[in-house]
Amino acid sequence: MANLLGLEVKKIVETPPEEIERVKNWINSEEYKEQNFARQALVINPAHACQPLGAQLAAHGFEGTLPFVHGSQGCASYYRSTLNRHFREPAPAVSDAMTEDGAVFGGQNNLHEGLENAVALYKPKMIAVFTSCMPEVIGDDLTAFIKNARTKGHVPKDMPVPFANTPSFNGTHIHGYDSMLLSILQNLTEGKQVEGRCTGKLNLIAGCDFNTGDYREYKRILKEFGVPVTVLADIADSFDSPCNGTYNIYAGGTPLEDAADSINGKATMTLGPYATPKTFSWIKDNYAGKHVSLPMPMGIEKTDAMIMKIAELFGKEVPETLKNERGRAVDAMTDAQQYMHGKKFAVYGDPDYLVGYVSFLLEMGAHPYHIVCSRGSKKLEKELQGLLDGSMYGKGCKIYMNKDLWHLRSLVMTDPVDAMIGDSHGKFAARDANIPLFRFGFPVFDRVNMHRYPRIGYQGVIYMVSQICNKFLDIKDETCEDRFFELMR
Amino acid sequence: MSDKIKNIDGITKESTEALIEETLAAYPEKGRKKRAPHLGANDQGSGSACVKSNKKTVPGVMSARGCAYAGAKGVVWGPIGDMVHVSHGPVGCGWYSWGTRRNLVSGINGVTQFAMQFTSDFQEKDIVYGGDKKLKTLLEEAKGLFPLAKGISVLSECPVGLIGDDINSVAKQSSKELELPIIPCNCEGFRGVSQSLGHHISNDTIRDYIIETREFAEPSSPYDIALIGDYNIGGDVWAAKSLLEEIGLNVKATWTGDGELEKIAATHQVKLNLIHCYRSMNYMCKVMEEKYGIPWLEFNFFGPTKIRQSLRAIAERFDDTIKENVERVIAKYDPIMQAIIDEYKPRLDGKKVMLLVGGLRPRHTIGAYEDLGMECVGSGYEFAHTDDYDRTASEMPNATVVYDDPSEYEFEKFAHALKPDLIGSGIKEKYVFQKMGIPFRQMHSWDYSGPYHAYQGFEIFARDVDMAVNSPTWKLVKAPF
Repeated sequence: MANLLGLEVKKIVETPPEEIERVKNWINSEEYKEQNFARQALVINPAHACQPLGAQLAAHGFEGTLPFVHGSQGCASYYRSTLNRHFREPAPAVSDAMTEDGAVFGGQNNLHEGLENAVALYKPKMIAVFTSCMPEVIGDDLTAFIKNARTKGHVPKDMPVPFANTPSFNGTHIHGYDSMLLSILQNLTEGKQVEGRCTGKLNLIAGCDFNTGDYREYKRILKEFGVPVTVLADIADSFDSPCNGTYNIYAGGTPLEDAADSINGKATMTLGPYATPKTFSWIKDNYAGKHVSLPMPMGIEKTDAMIMKIAELFGKEVPETLKNERGRAVDAMTDAQQYMHGKKFAVYGDPDYLVGYVSFLLEMGAHPYHIVCSRGSKKLEKELQGLLDGSMYGKGCKIYMNKDLWHLRSLVMTDPVDAMIGDSHGKFAARDANIPLFRFGFPVFDRVNMHRYPRIGYQGVIYMVSQICNKFLDIKDETCEDRFFELMR
Repeated sequence: MSDKIKNIDGITKESTEALIEETLAAYPEKGRKKRAPHLGANDQGSGSACVKSNKKTVPGVMSARGCAYAGAKGVVWGPIGDMVHVSHGPVGCGWYSWGTRRNLVSGINGVTQFAMQFTSDFQEKDIVYGGDKKLKTLLEEAKGLFPLAKGISVLSECPVGLIGDDINSVAKQSSKELELPIIPCNCEGFRGVSQSLGHHISNDTIRDYIIETREFAEPSSPYDIALIGDYNIGGDVWAAKSLLEEIGLNVKATWTGDGELEKIAATHQVKLNLIHCYRSMNYMCKVMEEKYGIPWLEFNFFGPTKIRQSLRAIAERFDDTIKENVERVIAKYDPIMQAIIDEYKPRLDGKKVMLLVGGLRPRHTIGAYEDLGMECVGSGYEFAHTDDYDRTASEMPNATVVYDDPSEYEFEKFAHALKPDLIGSGIKEKYVFQKMGIPFRQMHSWDYSGPYHAYQGFEIFARDVDMAVNSPTWKLVKAPF
């Protein structure tokens, strides 16, 4: 008897304990770091997902909208379960379940049958179609497929069916978000521009932001201002819906009418510039009113910029309530600064979050020491470098573009830091380095209710400062010698 | 089994069929025709399936199913801890399946176990020019950075098969050059109708590349067995293994939960294969039976009733020593299990549960619920085949509804009609039902708890079911105003 390939049969050999010990130490070494950073092909523990995930997030941000994956069904299950785990909320989406025959004949039949079933069962007001790998590789023509679907009556004539090409072999989830949002806005606003009409509203785009607390915070700030707002792709209620005995498949989202009328807005502001370049560029060419792109408002300075811009755009004074709120946030920072000053952080995540973390840390006198972006642009690198160069706390801090969390592990093991900021996936490196991980990013699979708290705005500052400083104080209490264990900190 | 027909008050064949008909009414005609054969009323006495299964998912209906890649990476290959598993293709598939199944592993991360995300992160240029060269390079890099890895699996994602890459030849060449088992697994997500084909393909690659390439260093004994189809969710393998050892068996290999490649490769030397998840691993059991004459036995370690039956069935395959051990072990645990039942049954007696899980648990866990006094009023699978539904008939009460690859619409409709006190299903379903105020436990991941297998697991299972059903939080769902 022999194995099928005629391979040599060997006795099982256990790895000797001293060899395990050697490798265990070696993976923490400078030598290992060099070899690790020399990788050309292998990606280990990347901090980003693929385009369709972001597309699905954008789709959930609109009223009565059913996200529809054109591709293999497994893709839809992956996106849905990722969103379920992060928000601990439903994430209803369908797929048209393409299989081998789709690869041969194209996915039109699947798409048509899928649209018909989805309309009948889930009664959406809009279906937002986006693609996974398979139709992108075989070159399905969605424009024609969807036109045919209407002609053949698979979808009602008046139902919007925007679609986006979101190949997973290009970009990350933030690019899929951009493409889907653009397509939805193009579709809904078509023919809706009215000469001389102004809604008087601010159109606000949060970007590919997975914190429902941020969306609520934007709306609250604008309420303080008395500025009417249409949040485009508003996921606040979609992913933070009440538990009251009734399941509402479309629990939230921007009303479609408001989204359509957004083209006649007084101003449009994106606060996720790296997640919305295509959308924003199209808006600049097509939307009435002013167009503003600002960094995600994390930290005081970036929040100030947003507040002042809103005041300017709408000719309003900054309300007293917000002035006081700012003062309270600064109070929280000055009270707590001694616990963060000089601390070194490793940060990783999506570009808009990264700019926010770095800006916030520098304001606190902390060092964003290792900055890892697992897929980013030269523009981002330049912006981050600019932030570092503009602060004495940025000295010695370094940016690592297109590196993954296994690179990050080498960094924190060879050149230690006090803490990490990112998403749950960093917990392995954080544990090895014996440092705390602050889960301000996406996804958070291992803590509850994090997405309900804002990271943006003055409230976000108070939240982040409190989380970080109190954790450092916990560590002190848990680890200090008995004689240094005292009441006050 | 026909002498043990169990009926449930208010559920008849007619009522179930009416419910199915009413549910199907929402579908367009084509969809209705396709879905109808997948829903049925159980005929407990028949011992055979009342639904069709393992067919293509109907487009647009919101299925819970995954894909062949998910079956290969998440189920069969992923749990083998001492290997590097490369998700070959774009970044997403590997990222989504990274750490999300809870197949726990022993060892040191990055040193002796590799529960991480390895990917070739395909870009546009890899689609255009092919990814074989990149694959070759990354295999070298993996070997260099993880010298104690016992092997590498290459798990293809959709584009790899579509662009015509030849991972098999790259694996063959690299395997020789790197002196390391490198297993190519053509498990593209578009293949087949569900995760199930991924299991089958993975079993086939174990057959082709792994089995009989190693031998155990120590001499064999008549009590050598392998534990098959246990993926160590929340530590299940550890609970099951210690019970099997307690009755005197040598668990030589675990497939594939907390699995070790070399021990799996030497499994052709065991005397008996004990299989828990029939759906995902029956293929290799049959191969080992045909090729090496190793018999296999299905067993069920959920709940004391099934554990007792299973232990005695296992003992039948061995000598008096094992038989005596089994009786001693049963006698030891019976009072402990009775104490658990005495604690929880008064709060759970008569409560109704509905299930929708993968390919095994919709039938295998029913006994454990029944031990707690609960009754199963509906059950179904994401990716089971006819032989699974045959095995389900006798486990489920008569005339209860059986659903194969149900849409979320159907599942919701059934739940509305049957008003279960608990639903056991997956993460995609969990929050839908919790919003309705229906208690829920994830039955793929044990809802971040576990183990649920063996005697050790039943105590945790009973506690979890009780806290789900009886949590005071459910009473707050309806506001008083």
